[in-house]
Amino acid sequence: MTITWVALAALAFALAWPVPILLARAAWPARAPGMALVVWQAIALTGGLSMIGALLSYGLEPFGANLVDGLRSLSGSLFAGSLPRGSQFSQMFALSGAILLGIHLLLNLATTFVRAERSRRRHHQLVTLLSTPMPERPDTRLLDHEAPVAYCLPGTTRSMTVLSAGLIAILDEDQLRAVIAHERAHADQRHHLVLLAFRAWRGSLPWFPIATRADEAVAILVEMLADDQARRVVSDDTLARSIAIVASESPDATVATALTPDGSSTLAADGASASRRIARLVDEVKPLGLPARMVAVAAAVALVLVPTFLLLSPAIPA
Amino acid sequence: MATLGELERSVMDVLWDSTDALTAGDIRDDLAHGNAAGVGKELAVTTVLTVLSRLEAKNFVTRERDSRPHLFSASTSRAAHMAELMHEVLGAAPDREAVLARFVGQVSPREADALRRILAGK
Repeated sequence: MTITWVALAALAFALAWPVPILLARAAWPARAPGMALVVWQAIALTGGLSMIGALLSYGLEPFGANLVDGLRSLSGSLFAGSLPRGSQFSQMFALSGAILLGIHLLLNLATTFVRAERSRRRHHQLVTLLSTPMPERPDTRLLDHEAPVAYCLPGTTRSMTVLSAGLIAILDEDQLRAVIAHERAHADQRHHLVLLAFRAWRGSLPWFPIATRADEAVAILVEMLADDQARRVVSDDTLARSIAIVASESPDATVATALTPDGSSTLAADGASASRRIARLVDEVKPLGLPARMVAVAAAVALVLVPTFLLLSPAIPA
Repeated sequence: MATLGELERSVMDVLWDSTDALTAGDIRDDLAHGNAAGVGKELAVTTVLTVLSRLEAKNFVTRERDSRPHLFSASTSRAAHMAELMHEVLGAAPDREAVLARFVGQVSPREADALRRILAGK
């Protein structure tokens, strides 16, 4: 089992540090945001799996030659109340760590989803009471507020797009269609679920800079994916223009200045997501070719399969 | 036919616009006369009461049980609810991105300035 835990630990380390940094810096995700999203999910899933797997297989070493044997013998030892000969404290710590980390991650995922659902319901109620339906646009509601905002509120059965009066005042008809197409894409592609999963990961590992980086990268990728849907409805120029207009009129710009006099609040440290989206549209970035896309998907699939194989394959010698 | 959500909104609009606490009958009359949508035309008082109970359960409405018939009033002003909503939308509340995705997320003052210049230049 030594090979297994060393390999898993190496994989966990690679996925915790160099790999996400390289991916966050790479230029290709802007050319294939969907693929990049798949790769980020694979990194997160495999990162967690190999972290727990490494601890587990190291901790189970005294119990058996592979995971299945180890777990079986562990349950036997638990009943007997004594440890097998030659087991070390470090292995018991690793074992406890694996179990605690696994429970921690799962609990955090569950509570994040429950909390989000609660605040989504509350927000849904507020929107229903404070906005009026737009008769000419289904599932779209108008909020009587001067701040120019548009957002998608996911629903269990129907999602709604909320537009503010301030937004309608600054955009023309085509630009408005771009915004609505973008927001509908979020709803149709269920982007909030991906965002929630990464938010949970970030919340459960706050001391882990990569979780934060992944969460931010994923947030931009999701916007780019929605932009790509909007491009089917309006021209790239119209979409870029509507992003620029809404961003330049954004209430955050004033909120951020109000919060910190030097304008360097956490709001400002966003990595200029709007500018990156606009640059991508204006520079006519070509989508990634099919072979490169295949490589990305293959890499993602391989990434998830490797630790699974390492953990479950009983053929690997001790 | 108005949906339940639209009914709740009409009832809240009546309560928010009124300075006094109202009975379900007052609200029904107000709905029947007042708005152009004609939501309240064929509403029974029991329907209004059902809607009010739902709103009370969600803490949007306060019921005075001492009076007969019961008097209802909005527990918080429309402006305060709007502020709560915008607080969440603009990202000052925790967990908001997980719930809703804004067309343009947070923008720094510097970025907004740069974009404004580009737009003006074109």
